[in-house]
Amino acid sequence: MAIPDKRTTEAEVVAELRSGMTIGVGGWGSRRKPMSLVREILRSDLRDLTIVSYGGPDVGLLCRAGKVRRVVSGFVSLDSIPLEPHYRMARQAGSIEATEYDEGMLLLALQAAAWRVPFLPTRAGLGSDLILLQPEILTVTSPYPTDDGTHEELVAVPALPLDVALIHMHRADRGGNGQFLNSDLYMDDIMAMAAARCFMSCEQIIDTTEFPSHGSYHTQRISRLMTTGVIERAGAAHFTECPPDYGRDEAFQKEYAATAKSDEAWDAFVEKYLNVSEEDYQTLVGAPA
Amino acid sequence: MSAITRAEVCCVAVAEAFRGDGERLANPIGIIPMIGGRLARETFEPDLVMTDGFAGFAANALPPGADPAGAVLEAWNPYAQMFSVLWNGRRHVMMGATQVDQFGNQNIACIGDWHQPRSQLLGFRGAPGNTINHTTSYWVPHHSAKVLVGAVDVVCGIGYDRAAALGTAGSRFHEIRRVITNLGVFDFETPDHRMRLRSFHPGVSIEEIVEATGFELSIPDELDESRLPTDDELRLIREVIDPDGQREREVPSA
Repeated sequence: MAIPDKRTTEAEVVAELRSGMTIGVGGWGSRRKPMSLVREILRSDLRDLTIVSYGGPDVGLLCRAGKVRRVVSGFVSLDSIPLEPHYRMARQAGSIEATEYDEGMLLLALQAAAWRVPFLPTRAGLGSDLILLQPEILTVTSPYPTDDGTHEELVAVPALPLDVALIHMHRADRGGNGQFLNSDLYMDDIMAMAAARCFMSCEQIIDTTEFPSHGSYHTQRISRLMTTGVIERAGAAHFTECPPDYGRDEAFQKEYAATAKSDEAWDAFVEKYLNVSEEDYQTLVGAPA
Repeated sequence: MSAITRAEVCCVAVAEAFRGDGERLANPIGIIPMIGGRLARETFEPDLVMTDGFAGFAANALPPGADPAGAVLEAWNPYAQMFSVLWNGRRHVMMGATQVDQFGNQNIACIGDWHQPRSQLLGFRGAPGNTINHTTSYWVPHHSAKVLVGAVDVVCGIGYDRAAALGTAGSRFHEIRRVITNLGVFDFETPDHRMRLRSFHPGVSIEEIVEATGFELSIPDELDESRLPTDDELRLIREVIDPDGQREREVPSA
């Protein structure tokens, strides 16, 4: 059976990244985020990144650590804590640039990039301040007349090509085929295809023949066509949820959110949880071995 | 049976907002909106489709926030599919609103100048796409002149004035059905689609509503109190849909 071996590590992936890159982060809010890769970026000297995300603590952490020039998002939330405190602070301080899309528009921006077309049309955004405040988002007139002979104006959501996408799956094989086992793939497949290179962490690397024993073939939604590298890391998504393997670590998330209260709190968090290796982090938080 | 609470009146007002929707995704967000939506389906709108709060449509009347493992799953509806449903239009969403104005423009993004907000909130989330594509209603648990405002800081969900400016092609799927608050029920059934008081909840005076509203409401000469729940509705709310009384957390009894 001919399957390439794309196994790699967080450190090797982050060594491939450059300051100023546009990086998509998969998952949704505080759900199945590739957090071990985010933590590795936090340990690096990368900066001026454009982060594209249905945002959760990935966005907040990267903003707080000064890694971000621009955030492109449909929202930024910790789910059980509705507002992401560090993203809020960054926006209120004006320390980052922001593109704030309607959730569906962000899907179209990624889909356009994945399909290699310059834009996709939608009604979403028409009449709202979203396009008035962000004049780089343009409209397009339909070449096709409606029944009354008028030509509809639609929002042309510009393609959002990514230099790199980072996603997290439950299972993968060493060739970079990925399987999700929770109820929602989110936009991870589209993000993977919108990117020049996609790196995927997973809870467990299994043999390709083993996928059916973990979930139905409908769950094998990431093809190695879309992935450049695969990392096995149990607990990689901590502290975001990754059911059925583990739920969100709500106590840890509260501890994280509280770091927005003072520089001292943030510095202590960095010292304890980020200035350590991923192996030590996992031991520290008691994530599944 | 104990006295009917304000929260229970709100649940019925929410249910009424979905009357006539038939086989459509009723997608209420919030505790009382979820109870009210499920109440409508258990009574006069049996064909409504509703989510389990996650990636599925649930046929049974789950309490708000219940574990989706208890759902009788009708269909899988992950987020990507949800956008298809909403662009397709077979949906009536009931969202929250940090601010809403007299034409139904809604803000959930931030307070202050969007470029560097005084208070960053949720961002646009689904509001622009929802309001231009299908019926939308709003739920306001704390009615005040800071929420029902003369002008919203950022138009996320578009109101009737913004929709009208788009012309018939752009606005043909736009409908703001109701705004339901802890004080009363509001609609836009006026000649120029300015917000109108539709009913006031028992125990609330019209003066109180006017006082707590930051713009001039249209107030009809003939006006009724909001409908009380029937005995059957009360039983459904208290015993089936919200046995733990979560509704009291959103609209506490005085």
